[in-house]
Amino acid sequence: MNEAVLDVRDLEAGYEPGVPIVRGASIIVNKGEIVVVLGPNGAGKSSLIKAIAGLVPISRGKVLLDGKDVTAAPAHTMVHLGLAFVPQTENVFPLMSVEDNLKVAGGILERRQAPARIEEMYAMFPDLARQKRSAAGNLSGGQRQMLAVARALIVHPKVLVLDEPSAGLSPKFVSMVFEMLSAIRKSGVTILLVEQNAKAALAIGDRAYVLVEGKDRHEGVASTLWDDPVVAELYLGQRPLKREAGGAA
Amino acid sequence: MSLQFVVDGLLTGSMIGLGAIGVTLTYSILRFSNFAHGDFMAWGTYATLAAVSAIGALFGKVAPIAPLSFGWPLIVALVIGMAFTALLALLLDKVLFARLRRQEQAIIVVMGSFGASMALRSLLEFIFTSRPTYFSRAIQIAMPVGLGIRITPDQIALLLLTAVLVLGVHLLTTRTQTGRSMQAMSQNPALARVVGIDVASVVRVTWIVGAALACVAGVMIGILVQIRPFMGFDILLPMFAAAILGGIGSIPGAVLGGLIIGLAEAGAVQLVGAEWRAAVSFIILMAVLFVRPIGLFGVRER
Repeated sequence: MNEAVLDVRDLEAGYEPGVPIVRGASIIVNKGEIVVVLGPNGAGKSSLIKAIAGLVPISRGKVLLDGKDVTAAPAHTMVHLGLAFVPQTENVFPLMSVEDNLKVAGGILERRQAPARIEEMYAMFPDLARQKRSAAGNLSGGQRQMLAVARALIVHPKVLVLDEPSAGLSPKFVSMVFEMLSAIRKSGVTILLVEQNAKAALAIGDRAYVLVEGKDRHEGVASTLWDDPVVAELYLGQRPLKREAGGAA
Repeated sequence: MSLQFVVDGLLTGSMIGLGAIGVTLTYSILRFSNFAHGDFMAWGTYATLAAVSAIGALFGKVAPIAPLSFGWPLIVALVIGMAFTALLALLLDKVLFARLRRQEQAIIVVMGSFGASMALRSLLEFIFTSRPTYFSRAIQIAMPVGLGIRITPDQIALLLLTAVLVLGVHLLTTRTQTGRSMQAMSQNPALARVVGIDVASVVRVTWIVGAALACVAGVMIGILVQIRPFMGFDILLPMFAAAILGGIGSIPGAVLGGLIIGLAEAGAVQLVGAEWRAAVSFIILMAVLFVRPIGLFGVRER
C-alpha cells in the first residue's frame, strides 16, 4: 500500500555554494496521497520543492522518484521522468495562447497522443476550452492557475508538485483551486504541495510536514495536524484556534 | 520624384530584414545584442564565394540560368555557405558565448560579441584582403515595369527568395513544436525548463536560423552590390534599428522594420541626398521609440 513515489532524503540545497537554504529535509510522498509542506515564511519550503524539481542546486542528500535516483537530473528532464512542477508565479507563457501553452507542454508526449490529451484537459477545465485562443497573460489569476495545472497534468505525471497554488488569489479562487486539487487526486494523481494557507491545505491533504529553518521538524496526519500543539509551536503563522479552548495543551 | 526608390528600398529592406531576424532571435532567446551578427553575413558571403569558386574549378564554366546573372553553382554554394555560417555561429557559441552566458550578465556577452566581431572581420581582411570582389561582373539590363520603375531579374529573384524565407521562418516559429519551444524560451526560460524544453537545443536552433539567414542577406548584398569584409558590419546598426523598430522578438516585425528602414533610406537618398542615408534609420527609430517604445509588434514585458 505505502508505495513511495517521491522519497527525499536528508536534502541540502541552496542557490549559493556553502549557503544552504534547505538543510537536511526528508519527506516521503506515497502513491495517491496529497502531501502538504507547511512552515513559516523563509523556512525554505519553496526552495525545497524547487530543488526536487531540479531548479535549485542540491549539495547533499537524495531525491528518489519511483525508486530511481534523480538527484542530479537536469530540470528539463524531470518532467520526462514523471515529475511535473507548477511554480508559484510566472507559471504560464503569457504571450502564447492557452492552446499553445498546452501544446508546448504536450511536446514531450508522443506526437499522436498530444491532441487527444489536450482535449482531455479541456474537458477537465471547460474554462480553458472557452479561452483556448486567448493569450495566457490575459487570463484571470484563477484561470491562469488552472492552465498551469493543466499544463503540468498533460504529461500524465507520477507526481504533481505545486508551489503555493493559492498564493495571490481571491478567496473565491482559493477554494476553487483546492477543490480542483482534490478532484485531481481522486483521478489518481499523487500530489505534493507547499502552502501558506495551512487550513485549506490540511483540509484536502493526507499527511503534512512542517518545515522550519530548512529542516522537516514535524510530520503528521493532515486532519489532526491542525490541532497539534507542536505545530503551533513550530509554525509561527496562524495559530490553531482551539489552542485556548484546549487549555494547558 | 521617381518611384524607383521603392524597388531600391525593398531590396535594401530585404537585406536588413533578413539580418534583423537573427538579431531579434538572439536578443529575445539568448538575451544579448550580438554585434558579431553582421560579420556572420560577411563570413557567409565569403564562404559562398569560395564554394562558387570550388564548384567552378570542379565543373568548369556553367552558363547562368537565363535571365539571371548566376547559375546553379551559386545556388548550391549559397546552401553550403548557409551551413558553414550556421556551423561558425555554433562554434563561436561553444568557445565564447556559452561560457560568457554563464556569468549571467548580458553586458559581458555583448562585449564578447564586440570582440568576436572585430576578430572575425580582421580575419576576413587577412584572408581575402579588403579589396571588394563580386560574384559576377556581368551587367544586367533592368526591365521597365511601368511608373518609371526598373528592376533586374536578379532583383526579382532575390525579393521572392526573401519572401519565401521569411514565410518559412514565420511558420517555423509559430506552427511547429521547435518554434513554440523558442517562444517559450524567450518568454520564460525557467518555466521552459520546467515543461521539459532542452534549452541547449533551442539555443542551437536559434543560432542556426539566425546565421543561415545572415548568410542569405550577405549573399544578396554580394550579388546586388559587392563583397567586402565590412559589408555586414556596415549594415549592423540598420539591422538593430529594424529589430527594435519591429519589436524585439517579432519576426514579422523585424522584416517590416527592415523594409521601412530600407524604403526610408532609399527615399531620403532621392529627396535630401545620399549623405543623409544613414541618419534616416535613426531618426525613424527614435521617433518610434518615443511614441511606442516596445516597437511596432512588440509586447509589453510582464
